[in-house]
Amino acid sequence: MASEIKQGTLELVNHLPILQVITPMLIAPLLVVLNNKTLSWLLSFLGTLACLFISILLIQGVSDGSILTYYLGGWVPPIGIEYRIDAANAILLFLISIISVIVLIFSYSSLHAEIPEEKHTLFYSCFLLCLTGLLGVVATADIFNVFVFLEISSLSTYVLVAQGAYLDRRALSASFNYLIMGTIGATFFVIGIGYIYMATGSLNMMDIAERASQLGDNRTIQAGFAFIVVGMGLKLAMVPLHIWLPNAYTFAPTVVTCFLAATATKVALYVLIRFVFSVFNYEDNFVNELFFLLLMPLAVIAMIAASVIAIFKQNLKKLLAYSSLAQIGYMLLGLSLMSQKGLASSLVHMVNHGFTKAALFMSLGAFMLNTKNVYIKSLRGLGKSMPFTSAAFVIGGLSLIGVPGTAGFISKWLLLEATLETGYWLVAILIIASSLFAVIYIWKIIEVLYFSECSESYSEVSVLTLIPIWILALFCVFLGINTSLTVDVANMATEILFK
Amino acid sequence: MDSNFSFLYGHLPYWLFITLMLSGLFIVVSRGNLIKKIVGLNIFQTSVFMFYISIGKMKGGTAPILLDKSANSSAVIYSNPLPHVLILTAIVVGIATTALGLALIIKIREEYDTVEEDDIQKMDQKDLKKYNRKNVLETNS
Repeated sequence: MASEIKQGTLELVNHLPILQVITPMLIAPLLVVLNNKTLSWLLSFLGTLACLFISILLIQGVSDGSILTYYLGGWVPPIGIEYRIDAANAILLFLISIISVIVLIFSYSSLHAEIPEEKHTLFYSCFLLCLTGLLGVVATADIFNVFVFLEISSLSTYVLVAQGAYLDRRALSASFNYLIMGTIGATFFVIGIGYIYMATGSLNMMDIAERASQLGDNRTIQAGFAFIVVGMGLKLAMVPLHIWLPNAYTFAPTVVTCFLAATATKVALYVLIRFVFSVFNYEDNFVNELFFLLLMPLAVIAMIAASVIAIFKQNLKKLLAYSSLAQIGYMLLGLSLMSQKGLASSLVHMVNHGFTKAALFMSLGAFMLNTKNVYIKSLRGLGKSMPFTSAAFVIGGLSLIGVPGTAGFISKWLLLEATLETGYWLVAILIIASSLFAVIYIWKIIEVLYFSECSESYSEVSVLTLIPIWILALFCVFLGINTSLTVDVANMATEILFK
Repeated sequence: MDSNFSFLYGHLPYWLFITLMLSGLFIVVSRGNLIKKIVGLNIFQTSVFMFYISIGKMKGGTAPILLDKSANSSAVIYSNPLPHVLILTAIVVGIATTALGLALIIKIREEYDTVEEDDIQKMDQKDLKKYNRKNVLETNS
């Protein structure tokens, strides 16, 4: 193992894993102390930019298949907490950091429309704490640390969602429901950790994997795994446990919806992946049966049912929220195939869908700056008066459907390949059916945008609002053409995870 | 019979943990009052704290205090302190959740003038219908 630990030449390089997590955490209280709206935006922007820079360095560090480790306070694991960066979490760190940078650019010009100005400082502070939590969950290799970071991110997410109450009071009940469901999920997760600790006496992922393999078939560990699957199922909105998601996404401020849709559920799914492959034995019969008999049917139901529900939604934010549920179904399906290709498709889809959904929600946010609501009738004829935003929305929509040349195509293709490889023909057909439903609901919006009479004429949003939208839209195209960042890193990650 | 009894008695903390956990979860699911939901959530979380602390207990173990070096410290049996430490963190998280939940309830009461879930849902439905009807009418016209 020691040969895998990469020793950097610079002193600072060795501290990258912790800097990634701690940078936003240190800035968050600073904002509250300074209490200045513009300054807090600038500081959070610089902070997330630093995170992005660090995450790129980390991807470079792990791109040769090595693993970067960091011992907190110099305590050697399993006693101390270990941060462990490999290809699988480096790519997610990159996704979270870049989405947070783009979302912050967008918030500069749009936040005032959704949140009263005196709350901006606290909003950015909460946003950074949420970012800290998400990055921490991904970076750490200590299972209790995962819980702590998960709750840091969740608690700040509840606050962020509730900020939508300025425009619509339903944000409060959405946030409260999310709090109840999220806390039940987190507590289930803690029970799972307790069972694992009881059986193995360790909290470090690698250490547990080693000790659990010596124990063989152990009922306590299996019960712990079941608790963790349910807990994470609540956090990642696995279908019967998803009721918090549509309302939370609909009534949260657009900036928050963008950020959550692109990152939060993916991070929970990552935790599940990490537990299946790094903590438990993926070849174990119990794990395989659980995924085959339980998670795969649920994933397929999510793909179909959520897509059908999305077709009938008038509120576009809710429509996209249901489409998110369907996309989570794709990712869960890729994981539940329990094959290298399936897992790779799942990881690629996490990144691609992150960019796609962020682009869609963000262009909705730009429409909302003019129309003040996101009901489908208010978008009539906006294709003419807001051509750039509409075009970006169309690109995002195409990527969501999975049209060749866009990011969504790559991951859906990989998923189809993976299902056919394992021989699930019916599932492959259902994936295509679900994509066709996506065509229906995206076309419904495109039709309103371009082929209806303009009811009111609006002017295009400012350039500063367009820049982040177009960065995301271009990413949707770029990741559909150049797959070296996503597919290659995902393949490397699956090799490490399947080792 | 005797072995059954000792199984039940020997796992007493676990039975308490399961009872508390299920009653907490039941309260969260069945009660419509938001404050009662938070209470249920607290009971649910507390049951987990109890579970953690009970797994750290050693029979005849003392507090894990570093004894003076002259005594043969390796022979001392002590309870595992780690679950206690973990649960301290979890308690902090639980308190933060409760505080946030109560703050949200205050806000909800300000906006809806009630803390009963059913009433809130009815009002939400009314909001939804109002928006939707307006929306459908204008799309058709």
